[in-house]
Amino acid sequence: MTGVTKMKWYAKTYIGFIMAFLYLPILVLIVYSFNESKSRSYFTGFTLNWYKQLFTNDLIINSLMNTLVVALISSVVATIIGTAAAIGIMNMNKWLRAAVMNFTYLPIINPEIITGVSMMLLFGAFQTLFAWLGENTGVNIPFQFGYVTLVLAHITFNIPYVILNVMPKLRQMDKSIYEAALDLGCNEWQAFTKVVVPDIMPGITAGFLTSITMSLDDFIISYFVSGPTSQTLPITIFSMTRRKVSPEINALSTIIFVVVLAVLILVNINDARKEKLLRKKAGGGSRA
Amino acid sequence: MRKRWLSIALAALICLSFPAMAWAEEEDGGELELYTDEAYYTRFAGQGISINVYNWGEYISDGSDDTLNVNRAFQDLTGIRVYYSTYATNEELYSKLRSGNANYDVIIPSDYMIGRMINESMLLPLDKDNIPNLQYMDETFLNPIYDPGDVYSVPYTWGYVGVIYNKTLIYDEEELGSWDILWNEKYLGNILMFSNSRDAFAIAQSRNGYSLNTTDPDELRDCLEDLKAQKSLVQAYVMDEIFDKMLGGEAALAPYYAGDALTMMDDNEDLGFFIPEEGTNIFADAMCIPKGSREKEAAEMYINFMLEPEVGAANIEYIGYGTPNAEAKELLDEEITGNPVAYPSEEELANTEAFAALPQNTSLLLDELWTELLSNDEQYNRILVPMIMLAAILLSIGINVQRHLRKNKRNYFS
Repeated sequence: MTGVTKMKWYAKTYIGFIMAFLYLPILVLIVYSFNESKSRSYFTGFTLNWYKQLFTNDLIINSLMNTLVVALISSVVATIIGTAAAIGIMNMNKWLRAAVMNFTYLPIINPEIITGVSMMLLFGAFQTLFAWLGENTGVNIPFQFGYVTLVLAHITFNIPYVILNVMPKLRQMDKSIYEAALDLGCNEWQAFTKVVVPDIMPGITAGFLTSITMSLDDFIISYFVSGPTSQTLPITIFSMTRRKVSPEINALSTIIFVVVLAVLILVNINDARKEKLLRKKAGGGSRA
Repeated sequence: MRKRWLSIALAALICLSFPAMAWAEEEDGGELELYTDEAYYTRFAGQGISINVYNWGEYISDGSDDTLNVNRAFQDLTGIRVYYSTYATNEELYSKLRSGNANYDVIIPSDYMIGRMINESMLLPLDKDNIPNLQYMDETFLNPIYDPGDVYSVPYTWGYVGVIYNKTLIYDEEELGSWDILWNEKYLGNILMFSNSRDAFAIAQSRNGYSLNTTDPDELRDCLEDLKAQKSLVQAYVMDEIFDKMLGGEAALAPYYAGDALTMMDDNEDLGFFIPEEGTNIFADAMCIPKGSREKEAAEMYINFMLEPEVGAANIEYIGYGTPNAEAKELLDEEITGNPVAYPSEEELANTEAFAALPQNTSLLLDELWTELLSNDEQYNRILVPMIMLAAILLSIGINVQRHLRKNKRNYFS
């Protein structure tokens, strides 16, 4: 009996430490978003001023918009391409599959800075090429560093994450279910959308979410490929370090944190409710 | 299901910011008194022109606390769209321009970087007829050594480096006034230093009486020895963390820019500031138009707008540095212009020297020496890195072999 309580005590402290490690920085950040002075060490008084200023700061709001738009577009596109690629890779023969999977791992293992610089060089080459085309053939393709390069780069580094999330789900899938769908009168497209996609959906969702996170987070690659019209939030924050990072950033981070937290809580409540419903339907049966 | 929730949340976040932006739109900086006539500013209106401005972070009045939102005021006045982005170091700006991928119309580098860009012909000469507000400039800031004849640049701000100290942590007031105090062992662990090579070496150079732009390797080596001797006393090499450390009383002494020192002194009454008698660095940030600009005339209009005395005054109030614009200075609070830290007398600044562009081998040497300073714990460094790499390689081989074996075993059973 004593042994059990002891374990519990240890376990609680351990969990407490982990929580502290994870959330103490965020807590400090939130507290200082209400600080009256710009200081990060003294708390001089409570104010909501930084929240008000945040919404009048064009630079921060524009950067946030850029970040969100780029993250959304790039992860949607990357999810589509990545899922299709995963299905293709799955149907390759053993050796080809191993080779392609290694290529897929490469961008993840590769230091981001190399990806960033190589993207910059590639887009630079494109720029020269298009300029040459415009001069010599009259075909004018406007290509500048900005949204387009940013979205392309983000799609590129997001694709491997989608593939790596979808692959395991595809491996788990029983191929005979797909064949059964065909036998039961689905055409190939129907079998794909009605059987395969729902089955690997958790993988696709995970890939999509990972992509969004990666994209929102990314500093190094964006730094190399963004142009004058498309500065993202991480770059804006970094550029403040010569003078002083404004507490408006604390306010913004607090808002983002609260929104994400609210979403997670809602999702969990929803899941719990659905599970309860399922259990009721099964009459407390074996599935729960 | 999870996905739908997420998209709802993101949509909510986006929607949340739109009304806020609309609300921000209403608040305008109030009426602006222009010194150049409005016809000059409105001649490009409605042509869909846009310019790309690249400036330091937090280096323009942005409309917070009912100040003037400079970029929006310019847009409203001229109909020229401003795309504004920011950087943290001169070197960042330089590499962005050097890569040749982005077209900027207005940039605001520091003095020595302007010198370097002129040498490498990266800037366009300004058409002064398009910048009538140049007449309000204080003449002492014209014709600087980095840009003789003001061909390529118009000063935006100026400042100098001094020492901020915490009165309660100083043992002897007599010691203040010289760079030597940063080498005083009484302040062991209580000294902060710049974490950029040029500013850090400038301190050692001033202390030794060398030029801040010396190209003599022996003098630079001397300075390195000095800085190495100081290293054990230094608490940390930092930049903007100086704000928190000094405000929180975590350090006694720190060299920093006068404008930022003022901001700190506003927040903590225990802080003081002095200009070292051996001399110090005086610097300027100036507006330029880089090669590759597509809208040079609009860019010149933007520069002219920044020189509008009211705009200049708003920017200076926000930034806290000195203004080279005489008319803007008139508009500033006397509390600011009368402050000896913000605007010291000419005698106090007599000993100052500006940075010029260094020849390439000197700046390479400087980088090398700086790295040597920051990493002079050589004895373990040399073995450690190859050892770690070797261990990593062995580990990865081990993992792969093990995985392979396990896989074979599994295949054997199935």
